[in-house]
Amino acid sequence: MKREAFAQRRGVFLVIAWLAAFVALGCGKGGEGGGGASGEPRRERAAIRIAVVTHGQASDTFWSVVKNGVDRAAKDMGVTVTYNAPQTFDMVAMSRLIDAEVAKKPDGLVVSVPDPRALAKSLEAARSAGIPIVTINSGGDAGKEMGALIHVGQAEYDAGKGGGERMAKAGAKSAICVNHEVGNASQDERCRGFGDAMEKAGGKSRVLAVNAADLTDAQGKIGAALTEDVDAVFTLGPLGSRAALGALKAAGKLGKVQLGTFDLSPDVLAAVRDGQMAFAIDQQQYLQGYLPVVMLTQYKLYGVMPAGGALPTGPAFVTKDNAAAVINWTKEGLR
Amino acid sequence: MSAAKKLLDRPELGVAAAVVAAWLFFAFYAGDSGFLSSRGTATYLEIASELGILAAPVALLMIAGEFDLSIGSTMAACGMTIALCCDKLGWPIWGGIAAAAALALAVGFFNGFVVTKTRLPSFIVTLGSLFILAGGTIGMTRLITGRTQIGGLEEAGGFGAAETLFAGHVGPISASVLWWIAITALAAWVLLRTRSGNWIFGVGGAPDSARRVGIPVARVKISLFMMTSLAACLVATFQVVKFTGADVLRGTGKELEAILAAVLGGTLLTGGRGSVLGAACGALLFGMVQQGIVFAGVDSDWYKVFLGAMLLLAVLLNSSVQTRMAEARR
Repeated sequence: MKREAFAQRRGVFLVIAWLAAFVALGCGKGGEGGGGASGEPRRERAAIRIAVVTHGQASDTFWSVVKNGVDRAAKDMGVTVTYNAPQTFDMVAMSRLIDAEVAKKPDGLVVSVPDPRALAKSLEAARSAGIPIVTINSGGDAGKEMGALIHVGQAEYDAGKGGGERMAKAGAKSAICVNHEVGNASQDERCRGFGDAMEKAGGKSRVLAVNAADLTDAQGKIGAALTEDVDAVFTLGPLGSRAALGALKAAGKLGKVQLGTFDLSPDVLAAVRDGQMAFAIDQQQYLQGYLPVVMLTQYKLYGVMPAGGALPTGPAFVTKDNAAAVINWTKEGLR
Repeated sequence: MSAAKKLLDRPELGVAAAVVAAWLFFAFYAGDSGFLSSRGTATYLEIASELGILAAPVALLMIAGEFDLSIGSTMAACGMTIALCCDKLGWPIWGGIAAAAALALAVGFFNGFVVTKTRLPSFIVTLGSLFILAGGTIGMTRLITGRTQIGGLEEAGGFGAAETLFAGHVGPISASVLWWIAITALAAWVLLRTRSGNWIFGVGGAPDSARRVGIPVARVKISLFMMTSLAACLVATFQVVKFTGADVLRGTGKELEAILAAVLGGTLLTGGRGSVLGAACGALLFGMVQQGIVFAGVDSDWYKVFLGAMLLLAVLLNSSVQTRMAEARR
């Protein structure tokens, strides 16, 4: 599992290195100090406009890392990027944000697709307007059907399954899967993968829905669900894991009940480092923000795009062994 | 009174001025990025139409002195009812829509009945049904399907016809805009030209005298609650058909947007005064601002600030125009 993750990561790093070299060659010449002779003029790049629409709520640290990736890439590439997300997890609102962006005719559209059917029409409109699409985070297969050039993210079911296998191997028999984003198909997939892996190992898992916008509420619900037989909690993001940590602490079960999560945050990493949490599944979402902007810029300029249809950014596992190294980056909002 | 004075007397004038101001603002700031294009116009009209369909009966209900906070959850429940009927029971889409409408009418009747029987504030009663419906929708759906969203409704019988009626287009204009115009016209006619309209003003403005002169207060209120629920069901149907599926959160927060649209349009929070056309303008303003912000390229972190500020400005403009009108009349 681990080797696989590293192999995937190496692939991603190769792509980055390649792109970075590209940037250094192309941008460095014409860009720095404004003294470059050749290279494409900066104005040409500044005229490139890429629209990013995700379903991520601003309160979620996960998505602010994605946005940091987007902003950083816009700066590195010298292109103009707009970032939009609905205020709550609302597919209708999100489809309308896409509609508005499509009406603005950007040079590229980066979009997460948590509910393919709800967003199908808006994405179709984008495609028929000739706007190149890159999907990120969720909805890889569906995105391909709708004509996306590439998907940057992780396979949710498999990642959930990987989490379940780890949990079962550590001896968990009865788990709860905490869903903080009810209505997002990817989250359902994660819990399904997790549950399937647990069942295969002879254990069981049930889904607990909590409200991401209200930490107190989430913590209370998790606390109430921590009955005697529950020996593992699996959360789907930093919001859920913070609530779970709080609930376990209040119940005096910290470190006794297995805890695993999707996605990193300073809290999560500290808990992993201190042995309160078994593992965190890292999907390296900074790249989900950064890479599409780079790729679409290159696509606009030279018509190039990585082949293969998908660029997996995860799952990579962070455990006690490597947690300390990652902590500083999360503080800067880069991981 | 001269014709000009009569025009100035309309409660819609303030919000209409705000609509024009917002349009000019975005045309100036975001005109070249697509706000003025037919596609841009169609996107904000569509948002406005769905909100406007809710706002028309909500305005009537508020004029009658009551609130309905449950319509957001009613939307989610109705959408999911349609999806479950088609997906799990294999019903044609019309069966699902009929079931959802029946549910909506029942919810509206329940709200109205409890409010008029117990004399509890409708704010509390409908807040209760908001939670019951929201939780019930999530619970039932997960119990039956194990998921929180259902798709693939385009395979249900009769879907094509439903699509034409609820999600079709006339040119770039979506069907919901035509529904909006029809419903607004109907509600305005009821309010201004029928005996029921007088009853609504009476029930909200002077409830005791209304009761004394024999207006069937309970009947008026209950039917208005049923109308707001039915409107929520209609909007849910639009979304289910357009997006060929439902999820358990759709419609969350719509109740406040509908109240906001009605208030922007000059409907008093305390009842007794208001306008259906004003509510329609309020919905239009809301849709325009919401999409205009995207066209103007405002970073979504600042989204709500901008939305709130624009709406506050609109209300201020609205009330200042009305004050000036009142002074001019003296």
